Amino acid sequence: MTQKRKAMEFDWQYKHLLGLRDLSAEHIDFILDTAEGFEQISTRSVKKAPPLRGKVVVNLFFEDSTRTRNSFALAASRLSADVIEFTKKDSSVSKGETLLDTARNLESMGVDIVVIRHSAAGAPKLLSRSINACVVNAGDGYCEHPTQGLLDVYTIRKHKGTLEGLKIAIVGDIAHSRVARSDMWAMTKLGAEVTFVAPPTLMPAEVGKLPVKFSYSLDEVIDRVDVINMLRIQFERLGGNPFPSVREYSHYFGLTVERMKKAKSDILVMHPGPINRGLEMESEVADGRNSVILDQVRNGIAVRMAVLFLVNQAAAQQNV
Amino acid sequence: MTTILDRKQISRAIAEMAGEIVKDLPPGASVAAVGIRSRGEIIAQRLAEKLAELLDADVPCGTLDITLYRDDLNSPSQTPQPQVRTTEIGFSIDDKIIILVDDVLYTGRSTRAALDALIDLGRPRYIKLAVLVERAGREFPIQADYIGYKADVEVGKVVQVNLMESDGKDEVVIE
Repeated sequence: MTQKRKAMEFDWQYKHLLGLRDLSAEHIDFILDTAEGFEQISTRSVKKAPPLRGKVVVNLFFEDSTRTRNSFALAASRLSADVIEFTKKDSSVSKGETLLDTARNLESMGVDIVVIRHSAAGAPKLLSRSINACVVNAGDGYCEHPTQGLLDVYTIRKHKGTLEGLKIAIVGDIAHSRVARSDMWAMTKLGAEVTFVAPPTLMPAEVGKLPVKFSYSLDEVIDRVDVINMLRIQFERLGGNPFPSVREYSHYFGLTVERMKKAKSDILVMHPGPINRGLEMESEVADGRNSVILDQVRNGIAVRMAVLFLVNQAAAQQNV
Repeated sequence: MTTILDRKQISRAIAEMAGEIVKDLPPGASVAAVGIRSRGEIIAQRLAEKLAELLDADVPCGTLDITLYRDDLNSPSQTPQPQVRTTEIGFSIDDKIIILVDDVLYTGRSTRAALDALIDLGRPRYIKLAVLVERAGREFPIQADYIGYKADVEVGKVVQVNLMESDGKDEVVIE
């Protein structure tokens, strides 16, 4: 082992993960393969390994998040990094500091990896051009949420073996969903056929230009998909009245026990969380035997460990 | 390129190591083999089979990926980049006698990483190191307990262990 190893297939060269749009299928598969190696760390007695020992990861969250922020924090600490939590509310941002000033200040403190969530699309990219640290996008505007896309395809691959040839429906508030976009890139690159399902008011205007099919009726697609990803209705982002009433939305676009009867028996039911129970999904379905929602949460940690590990590896090679 | 072990010699070396290991085992001990990816994994499997034969008992065998424990992860000149793969040890190592297996013992750095990786999985009764080939050049105070073959290799040369399962044939060569 300490001698020269035989040539390996792949060198990961990106010190930032900004989105999945610009990654190839090989890149995505490589991240997923790497994540496999991290999965068991979370199940053993010492839930820690040393590869990021002495590194500092900052969770720079300008938007609320519980799941993603905790998942990144756990991932970083399981790799032995130190984690700084930074939220908008209790920081200098509320005193008027700009994003770049905040980031440069953090960098002066010796931060190695910045995990950023921001309401402005492109904020992670801007950051990556301005600082030396690695940048990982944890959600920017309606643009991308790459680690969610990765953990979704990881979860599907675990259950179905491959994404090649699968039919996948993504249902709900597509227009305001960065998850839908990252999912779309990851799933289509890995060979799945993706259908966006939403009422016209929640469908992105540019849907015709995206590599997906689309439908305004869940009943039309429910019986032929292998995977269904139910997005959360993001009341905090909705302006105006995109649908007449919550009950009506639920009637046409909710995943109910009744509607599940039309689905394939081995359909995977996914949700990026947090669930509005009874709205996009009935409780019996969320907790039912087809649901892999908690697997997604678990897999999210392994996938984020892989991403943090890989961007750090790339940085180590480049900072010669 | 010089061949130092052929198929028969490899097989005999593994059988001899298994014999020595069994001789040293305390009565009633529970033993398992753990191989370091990737060649160590294959040698560990063969060794575990031999041990099972000699002991007439099950000898579990697992695979350890030591990538996350390497001491050169943050050094820039890693070519090729180390790849993380899975650790597959489907049994508890607590209180077991663990035979840690690698193909070649050279600097001792892999062994150091493997020991750290192992103790994060539990607390074995003790760990012994078995290697198919040993060569000089230790950079850490580590030595093998069971050695298949002591090779006299010039600095700069590489001992390459090829095995049927991964390389299509069994042989150890110096390149």
